[in-house]
Amino acid sequence: MSGATKARSSAERRVLDEAGGLRAMTWVMAIMLFLTMLAAALGLATAGAARLLDRQLAGRLTVQIVEGDPVRRDGAAARVLASLRAMPGVARAVPVDRADLTRLLQPWLGADGADPQLPVPAMIDVDLGDSGDAAAVRVAAALRRFGPAIRVDRHESWMSPVNDVMRTLTFLALALVLLMASATAAVVVLAARAGLETHRATIGVMHMLGSTDLQVARLFQRRIALDATIGGVGGGLAALLVVAFIGVRLHGLGSELLGGVTLGGTDWIALALLPVAFVVLATLAARVTIVRALRHIL
Amino acid sequence: MANIVQFENVGLRYGTGPDAGPETLSDVSFTLRSGAFYFLTGASGAGKTSLLKLLYLAQRPTRGVIRLFGEDAVVLSRDRLPGFRRRIGVVFQDFRLVPHLSTWDNIALPLRVAGMPEADIEQPVREMLAWVGLGDRADARPATLSGGEQQRVAIARAVIARPEILVADEPTGNVDPDMAERLLHLFESLNKLGTTVVVATHDFHLLGRIPGAQMMRLDRGRLLDPTGSLRYPPTRPDS
Repeated sequence: MSGATKARSSAERRVLDEAGGLRAMTWVMAIMLFLTMLAAALGLATAGAARLLDRQLAGRLTVQIVEGDPVRRDGAAARVLASLRAMPGVARAVPVDRADLTRLLQPWLGADGADPQLPVPAMIDVDLGDSGDAAAVRVAAALRRFGPAIRVDRHESWMSPVNDVMRTLTFLALALVLLMASATAAVVVLAARAGLETHRATIGVMHMLGSTDLQVARLFQRRIALDATIGGVGGGLAALLVVAFIGVRLHGLGSELLGGVTLGGTDWIALALLPVAFVVLATLAARVTIVRALRHIL
Repeated sequence: MANIVQFENVGLRYGTGPDAGPETLSDVSFTLRSGAFYFLTGASGAGKTSLLKLLYLAQRPTRGVIRLFGEDAVVLSRDRLPGFRRRIGVVFQDFRLVPHLSTWDNIALPLRVAGMPEADIEQPVREMLAWVGLGDRADARPATLSGGEQQRVAIARAVIARPEILVADEPTGNVDPDMAERLLHLFESLNKLGTTVVVATHDFHLLGRIPGAQMMRLDRGRLLDPTGSLRYPPTRPDS
């Protein structure tokens, strides 16, 4: 194909194009996709953190031996520890080191926290082989025979509000993604309708020359797909950079809780596919809008 | 020659219900034969453009029967309209060129619409440009063309796909007499290739220029002289 023919072959694609360069639609798509990807990244990272927290807390217990007399406390602790290690379903039972407890108390009690006469309960960390409720209930029931001084705390129960917040954030992010997708489709529908109105005369000529509705719709589809692709690439890249930057900052905090708010490999792939999904969504929305509108024209 | 178009008691009224206006066309009946040349005359507002719109399927009649290429065009499904329209070339009164496309691309549009491969488009467009004398204006946009040049682009676009019927609405209305005659010769040469030509005009000077052409005369929506009943040169309606 000659150069002139090549240049002319693009004419059909330009039948509706009057303005060159970046169009408003491109910017709208870039902004929409940028915000959507941030929301999606928040949702994916929070969901990942919630899953990590679940894994870390599920089937973990702390057994407290609340006894003021150090001798009786240590004796009870040893008996409970032996009992736990003999119990089926207990994967691991480790007494919490006294020095670790002192260090934990230091911010509140200062140097007094190190006083050996301080009636601090003995603690045993327990990992259950089974993360279900039944195993934890069985262990708690078995330990009840050691008397009222034995208390069993499930880690899940005191971290559940945090987990609830994380799940709420995940659902909020998902809702935002769906909302942004709906808004994008609505913007495309409005743009397509405006385009139809702007190009009514040209479309009339196309129809009289024997164009089918799908041929006319394809002209709009191509244009909107191009705008969406340019906007999607721009907005998507900007969002990925921001997400990566926030990830580095969170990692730098060294926080165990926030350290879990990271994106895995599949999360990055899902984010990278969002622009593609938006282009497909915009193209379909344009096609459906145009074909429906053209049905009312002879 | 076979009949290519048949109108039977066709009526057209714009608007519906309480908004409906008077009948623009009333009881119009005529037959067009394949390969013939027809003039459609009548004063402004007589209904020429409305009749042409029915002919090139831009409008459906309110009543009556229209048979086009042997099929009932009134009940033709919307999906089949493009196929029929590709067999009809139209030169609009106001040209209706696509303003942001070049002369070349405007003329090539029907071929692209018909799905012709790009490699096959170049030669017919080049020939058509030469035929209408616009070989040196291929890259010009419509806004930079004179009225006569735009008219010739519109004609080239209408005929490039070799339609079976060519419909032209006042094609000489915006050009000087010399250009009008040249355009008419373009239609005549196309007609000689077998295309049925229908030219709507109120320019009575043109009517005698095509030997063998037949005339239909509209007056306030009614066809006074069904095809072939008048001899040319015709009598002016007001004489």
